[in-house]
Amino acid sequence: MNTTTIEAKAALGGALNPEAREIPLSSAQITDYDHRQTVGKITVDHPKMLCREVNVYYGVKHALKQVSLDIGANEVIAFIGPSGCGKSTFLRCLNRMNDTIPLCRVTGQIQLDADNIYDKSIDVVQLRARVGMVFQKPNPFPKSIYENVAYGPRIHGMVNGKAELDDLVRASLERAGLIKEVEKRMDEPGTSLSGGQQQRLCIARAIAVNPEVILMDEPCSALDPIATAKIEELIDELRENYTIVIVTHSMQQAARVSQRTAYFHLGDLIEIGETDQIFTNPKHKLTEDYITGRFG
Amino acid sequence: MNSLDDSAALPPPSRDIKTIVNAGLKRRHAAERRFRWFGLAAISLGLAFVVLMFANIIGKGYPAFWQTFIELPVAFDPAVIDPEGRRDPKALADADYAALIRASLRGLFPRVEGRRDLRELYGLVSSNAPFRLRGQVLDDPALIGATRSVWVLASAKVDTLIKGNINRTLDESLRPISDQEIAWVDRLIADGRLEQRFNTILFGNGDSREPEQAGIRGALMGSFYTLLITFLLSFPIGVATAVYLEEFAPKNRWTDLIEVNINNLAAVPSIVFGLLGLAVFINFFGLPRSAPLVGGLVLSLMTLPVIIIAGRAALTSVPPSIREAALGMGASKLQMVGHHVLPLAMPGMLTGSIIGMARALGESAPLLMIGMVAFIVDVPRGFTDPATVLPVQIYLWADLPERAFVERTSAAIMVLLGFMILMNGLAIVLRKRFERRW
Ligand SMILES: Nc1ncnc2c1ncn2[C@@H]1O[C@H](COP(=O)(O)OP(=O)(O)OP(=O)(O)O)[C@@H](O)[C@H]1O
Ligand SMILES: [Mg+2]
Repeated sequence: MNTTTIEAKAALGGALNPEAREIPLSSAQITDYDHRQTVGKITVDHPKMLCREVNVYYGVKHALKQVSLDIGANEVIAFIGPSGCGKSTFLRCLNRMNDTIPLCRVTGQIQLDADNIYDKSIDVVQLRARVGMVFQKPNPFPKSIYENVAYGPRIHGMVNGKAELDDLVRASLERAGLIKEVEKRMDEPGTSLSGGQQQRLCIARAIAVNPEVILMDEPCSALDPIATAKIEELIDELRENYTIVIVTHSMQQAARVSQRTAYFHLGDLIEIGETDQIFTNPKHKLTEDYITGRFG
Repeated sequence: MNSLDDSAALPPPSRDIKTIVNAGLKRRHAAERRFRWFGLAAISLGLAFVVLMFANIIGKGYPAFWQTFIELPVAFDPAVIDPEGRRDPKALADADYAALIRASLRGLFPRVEGRRDLRELYGLVSSNAPFRLRGQVLDDPALIGATRSVWVLASAKVDTLIKGNINRTLDESLRPISDQEIAWVDRLIADGRLEQRFNTILFGNGDSREPEQAGIRGALMGSFYTLLITFLLSFPIGVATAVYLEEFAPKNRWTDLIEVNINNLAAVPSIVFGLLGLAVFINFFGLPRSAPLVGGLVLSLMTLPVIIIAGRAALTSVPPSIREAALGMGASKLQMVGHHVLPLAMPGMLTGSIIGMARALGESAPLLMIGMVAFIVDVPRGFTDPATVLPVQIYLWADLPERAFVERTSAAIMVLLGFMILMNGLAIVLRKRFERRW
């Protein structure tokens, strides 16, 4: 079922040439529409994840083309771009959720710290414990609120005894900003919460296993502005301890929560840079069109 | 985009939309009405047949739940039961209790003489009556020497007469019971010595050549053991197969082939499974004939595809978001299935299995092939005892001409239908019980 392969181009940990595909551009320069190579600085000083020349194919469809970028430690990086451009596809490469899709093939190299995550020696179970994921649609388990949060620690054997688990569940719910609302109803099904509460429950569930990176695929798309604001606040707090990758359709949200932004278009990573720079001074015509709403 | 601009450009419609729609409206409504009538007619017809069938079965079968008994004053004569006076249980068991019954009947009708008439008189009582006396004596030897009135089973002839299934106005030669016997029965009724009671024999006995002693317990137990084997084999294997094929197996030409074959197996006529069972389990592996073990194996073969198909359908209906959530948390595939997918799919799987089991309960053709159609008096006590099952028992009794068997056939059908309804009800209850929203 899983036809995912990787062509390891370089030995683990280093040997990659991060500057290889960077195009030096002066700040005033705006590229042409048919310039399909990444504009902007793809590297960071303290990378948590390194992605080089990642290609994804769904059968014959080439969904992601030669994407290279770094994800810095303790940063929030936002992926933006029109629908179908490959944001989710790329996000799902980062914790190998694409493995579950038949016919999906990934090439290139992705490193988490010094580990090539597509290497045979890496177990996806371990990888997904290190790289947690929050999905676009809240998807709590049809079990109690407590069980939802306790699930990860339990399967990974992270705690000894009930008291420790109780503490961890409470702490996770607290950090997800949900504890006040659910304190009295821990045994009710997670599906009985409102959409925004469910999404925060999913975040609590993800951080309960203490991952290093959290991937969020449009976490606020089903939420009202108040719930969205709560989650954005939460992302800001989580940045202290985690690296966060967020896919969003809301330019304002990207501007509010992220430090760096990557703009995708039809499978290409078009531009990447500091969020401020992307939104005030984009260097690629496609990016400019998109953020000014002239797209399409 | 702008509707005001666009409408100016459009040519004015030749007829306005209201008249256009109105013109066709009548036809549409008529078609709808017609369809509704067809539906109603079809359902009414179906219901009428169901009602007819139930009325027929219940009308024929309900008298079988009552059975006629005769009260006899029995003198437990020590000279007959225990001539040596040692109260030896073996001697007590071997004694000629029929003589006591005969003596009692002669006492009730002292004027009957002649061997032929006497034999007719003794024929009023079922041939199992002596066993009842023996049972009483063995339970309580103190009875010996006393005189007690004992209710014994009447013969099928008397029972049929009492239930009004013999036309008394017919000529004597045309009915199974003579004028003399009718007179005796009437005397017994007048004396209050004849009574209809709830028929525990029907549920307590195995099959018998004597209709009044025949019961469905043997068949019920046979069905129970057979279905137990079927369930124990087909449920775990079916669920495991469904889980493997749906969640773990690679999707390639081989698994496609297997899938097609499973779907085809579900449609194979059941008698073919019987032939297979005969060839493989009995002829090749040498398992005993007529045994619930083999019956269960054969029915498992038949039920497995049904459970696998139902199981796979239940698994696919579990939303993918739940799977992603579990995998995203770092659950292994088996954990994902075991902790989340299987519990959510269980109600559907159980429903499918119970419906498959209900089908197995009603199956007779494959069991005929493996010899579960034999005449078996003893109630089976295990998986390898010779046995028959309810539908086969019905088939056997339906062949017999005696009125009392006709009645029992319908009664057995009622019991079978009762179990079917029970199982389907259980399926609904389970589904409602375990159904969870997500
Ligand atoms: N499972 C799949 N099988 C085949 N093609 C897929 C699959 N998933 C995604 N694609 C294709 O890959 C491309 C990128 O999809 P992706 O889901 O990554 O887009 P996206 O940027 O997340 O869009 P959106 O903003 O609408 O979520 C699309 O053209 C899509 O049709
Ligand atoms: Mg997406």
